[in-house]
Amino acid sequence: MKTHWQILVVDDEEVMCESLAAWLREDGYSVDTAASGHEAVEKSRLRDYAIYFVDLKMPGGMDGIETMMQIRTLRPDASIIIITAYATVDTAITAMKEGAQEYIVKPCNPEEISLLVNRIIKVKNLQRENTILRKKLTRQYVVHDIISKNPRMREILALCHEVASLRSTVLIQGESGTGKEMVARAIHNSGDRASKPLVTVSCAALAETLLESELFGYEKGAFTGAEQQRRGKFEMAEGGTIFLDEIGDIPPKLQVDLLRVLQERSFYRVGGSQEVRVDVRVIAATNMILHQAVSDGKFREDLYYRLNVIEIRIPPLRERREDIPLLASHFVDRLAHELSKDIGEISEGALKLLMDYNWPGNVRELENAVERAMVTCRNHVLTEDSFSFLALNGIAGKAWAAPAGMTLQEMEKVLIVSTLHRTNGNIKESAAILGIDRSTLYEKIKRYEIPR
Amino acid sequence: MKYLYVAAAPEVAREDHLLVRDLLGTAFAAPVREMPLPGLDFAYDAGRRQHGSIPVLELLSRLCPADAWKLLAVTERDLFIPVLTFVFGHAQLGGRAAVVSLARLRQEFYGLAPDRAVFVERARKEALHETGHMFGLVHCADRSCAMSLATNVRHIDEKHAAFCAPCAARLRRVDGARI
Repeated sequence: MKTHWQILVVDDEEVMCESLAAWLREDGYSVDTAASGHEAVEKSRLRDYAIYFVDLKMPGGMDGIETMMQIRTLRPDASIIIITAYATVDTAITAMKEGAQEYIVKPCNPEEISLLVNRIIKVKNLQRENTILRKKLTRQYVVHDIISKNPRMREILALCHEVASLRSTVLIQGESGTGKEMVARAIHNSGDRASKPLVTVSCAALAETLLESELFGYEKGAFTGAEQQRRGKFEMAEGGTIFLDEIGDIPPKLQVDLLRVLQERSFYRVGGSQEVRVDVRVIAATNMILHQAVSDGKFREDLYYRLNVIEIRIPPLRERREDIPLLASHFVDRLAHELSKDIGEISEGALKLLMDYNWPGNVRELENAVERAMVTCRNHVLTEDSFSFLALNGIAGKAWAAPAGMTLQEMEKVLIVSTLHRTNGNIKESAAILGIDRSTLYEKIKRYEIPR
Repeated sequence: MKYLYVAAAPEVAREDHLLVRDLLGTAFAAPVREMPLPGLDFAYDAGRRQHGSIPVLELLSRLCPADAWKLLAVTERDLFIPVLTFVFGHAQLGGRAAVVSLARLRQEFYGLAPDRAVFVERARKEALHETGHMFGLVHCADRSCAMSLATNVRHIDEKHAAFCAPCAARLRRVDGARI
């Protein structure tokens, strides 16, 4: 997992800086260098380095201790190692008091540095794994966790932040896989209701009668099998939020009941006569174009306006392609830990392939594609080959189209040439990719007069 | 045609030079050539009483023949980089030049009786290790792999003079590196 961790070496002596950086790179880490304290602080603003090696004595008005203090203000979790050729007890005490993780004297024994870095990375791996597992366990996403540099998404995230603590109903619209539930969770977890429950109901998953009792609960004897009173999801969400996914699929009768809850903040359990009052925020989501459903008479107009107090439309991934590299790197980073794979990068060619693809399944499809590529990858880097299934499925995006007038044989020749090129002329590998045996491939190479 | 070049400094015994040359010849299916190397006195640091590996690599970069795929130098001098007390060898990661020091691979360095067999094995492992770096391989977590990091001779003795399967596979994917 080394490639995920970035190290910054800070030393005004170039030879010191570069030699330590080169040695750490040989150990598989991604290493940057800085020639002064000021440069180090600037670099730490832009990138979250796991470990900083900082020389104690540096000119320019900012020594190692001052540099460390400024970095710690920006990056409280950073591990900083003070390194010096002039060790004194005083500087060692000062460094440790100000938060240095270690204080080492150069030249150092290679074993010492190796053990030190391994120890820090081991702890950081465990901390990261712990955070991921906790988040996965509780799905405690906050607005800050949603990754995007798309202007529309940034506006949406700002809106989520603004409305997080309001009680107003939110309607999230977007194609499947765009992350509607994640946005709903982020709104809930970023607001005043975060400590209260968030209850999710998939409206499309249940039949009308089941959905009714699921939402509102039922009284004992309300129907056959109702042996005792049961609370519904609205009651379970008391004080918190109810997330009604696929609201467009809700049957007409329940649309009326839901409208009443939104208006009155109260309802009756199935088979009950006693009104139940609740304080629940409603967040609804759909992949349907809901106003169209209203025009078609399939969805109540009054309910639509009750739900659509705060409207969030999540753009599909193809409309925010600038997020693809960001999201792909995020998935690589996260999945590398989950799959125990030492993969830290995506090649430029692979990124281009991902950028060109149309992603009908949106972020969820991208996540699945990255996971599939990582499972089969035997390298440290995901390349075009890792994502060949996107092209092989014949769905490599709308950007690709066969040139007009090309014959099937010409097409076959182009495919064979490009596959041979990708495998550096490896016949066995090319034949496997093309799904033919080696003798057939040899025969086609001869027939099409493909140079080797 | 590209060649793997082996260059021994003047102080290196012929049999040790041949040892490294033959190793590369069998480990990598590429033709190996020898080339002369001047003395490395220019890299001597009187303060540390060792030779700097960085100026040696700079020299090798300048001397690297046009038809050299990679150039591995061998020296008896004890090498260092400024931040570390010593290095067994030093390579340009993904580059064309590397150097291996035989000094600390000998039992005599640690006050022990000479042992040719132990020395030969260590030299083979370190030559493979530095060549692996030239082909872009980084340190391997498999302690038995030639690419695992060794910070003392005990570590070198623990590993094998061969690449583990994943490192060998990575090497095979490197442009033309056939092992």
